Amino acid sequence: MTVHALLPASVTPRRKACGRALLIGLALLWLVLIVIAPLGVILVEALRKGAGAAFASLSQPDVWAAARLTLLTTAIATPLNAVFGLAAAWCVTRFDFIGKTLLMALIDLPLSVSPVISGLVWVLLFGASGWFAPWLNAAGLQIMFTPVAIILATILVTLPYVARELIPLMQQQGSDEELAALTLGARPFAIFFFITLPNVRWALLYGVLLANARAMGEFGAVSVVSGHIRGLTNTLPLHVEILYNEYDFVGAFATAALLAVLALVTLVLKSFLEHRHADDLAARGRR
Amino acid sequence: MIRQAGRSFWKAPSALPGFSLSLGFTVAYLSFFVLIPLTALAIRPWEHGLDGVMAAVSSPRAQAALRLSFFAAAAAACINALMGGLLAWVLTRYEFPGKRLADAIIDLPFALPTAVAGIALTALYAQNGPIGGLLAPLGLKIAYTPTGVVVAMIFVGLPFVVRSIQPVLQDLDQEVEEAAETLGASPWQSATRVVLPAILPALLSGVGLAFARGVGEYGSVIFIAGNMPLRSEIAPLLIVTRLEQFDYAGAAAVGMTMLVLSFLILLGFNSLQGLIARRGA
Repeated sequence: MTVHALLPASVTPRRKACGRALLIGLALLWLVLIVIAPLGVILVEALRKGAGAAFASLSQPDVWAAARLTLLTTAIATPLNAVFGLAAAWCVTRFDFIGKTLLMALIDLPLSVSPVISGLVWVLLFGASGWFAPWLNAAGLQIMFTPVAIILATILVTLPYVARELIPLMQQQGSDEELAALTLGARPFAIFFFITLPNVRWALLYGVLLANARAMGEFGAVSVVSGHIRGLTNTLPLHVEILYNEYDFVGAFATAALLAVLALVTLVLKSFLEHRHADDLAARGRR
Repeated sequence: MIRQAGRSFWKAPSALPGFSLSLGFTVAYLSFFVLIPLTALAIRPWEHGLDGVMAAVSSPRAQAALRLSFFAAAAAACINALMGGLLAWVLTRYEFPGKRLADAIIDLPFALPTAVAGIALTALYAQNGPIGGLLAPLGLKIAYTPTGVVVAMIFVGLPFVVRSIQPVLQDLDQEVEEAAETLGASPWQSATRVVLPAILPALLSGVGLAFARGVGEYGSVIFIAGNMPLRSEIAPLLIVTRLEQFDYAGAAAVGMTMLVLSFLILLGFNSLQGLIARRGA
């Protein structure tokens, strides 16, 4: 308040207010153009021929098959990555050993790899002329273009999310409580389930939420390994592409709207966790 | 001190249990899902020797695709630095109705499946779309041109920049800016001479993340790009095309080149960031 009395004449409160309104307006306009308008257009296009047509296209058996595969993939990939995240965070934050930095870099690596490359590597291993092709052929096994390949690609893409939430938090919490329990005679099992897990539960949930959203929405990696067989190896995001390329725009945007709703639910849960349990997530300057 | 049995030279002693189990599981999991697959990516391109790799990477089509992916990602990252910086500034410094909603919606590009973003941006910026239609009379075409690629990369990169700067701006004392202004600095001077140096390391790291994400981006780009070889075909799409022709070595060569190039660029970015941080300290 008093600072204004000291300001030079050129910076009057009125000029400051004008500048502020201009900056807010510009920022919000950009947000609308880049983020909010795409969200709106999904809804408009889905309802172009009325809500009936949109719901009719959502009740196609192919959509249901795609939704089932998406849920199955997520239900396998996310728990596996959650267990991995807990194990990785435990060994990285509770012990000191040579090679720890390298291990942490490897955990983060999938984040900087293109989704298409995350799919490509599985083709290089299990595809028709992949490294393991002779062995797979001899055993009569097929991995490429099956749900197994989709799950493998999804695990690779979502691998770091839980670990990245847990590691900074467990580092910050330190191991005092666990050591105290140990001196009091607690068994390893009890230490983990009664001390470590309750201490990190919100961060674990937060990481699972992010991994889950990414797993359900993954497109590039899954697209490379899926083979796009309708009803068999089609996930919801892949189904959006198929319908779009067949010029079934209402169907494509109705399916897209379904995925957009899932994304919005994720955002709501995410900001709830950030506001309600900020202290239980890792200290990262969040409000 | 009594020397414990089984003490090893590579691990500091600890009373806590579960080291072998957790490390063993972590290493096995990482090997299966990250190490072995990426080793295949590093080795497969060399099937036809160095000439094979050079041929796969230096064909005009591959060159054009790599150039588009990297330059479009760089352009998008620059625009995101400017507009993402503005958004972070407005969200941390000002109060206005709907601020919390605006803050939450910034993360939408993280949560929205890329294919969904792709068809939405295409519908919006196509010549018969709501925004594309406004720009068409001005002679501006966005969808199905390289500009469309940049727009999609701006969308996916925006949250990286905003979320990197926000915490730093929050911690930056407003009194420093006020002090600058009482000493006669214009708002522009206080922004460029006081605020910018403080947030520069965070800004650079956010821009680096947005750039890396843009280079590899596939789902949101392929719908809006038009995918004309030599003109609007991105590198990840070229990988997919080569896989469909069963040219595994060629696909892996492009993928490996992308990874090595982004790694080198990010390395440069990180050392620049370290340089600035040291100079500022």
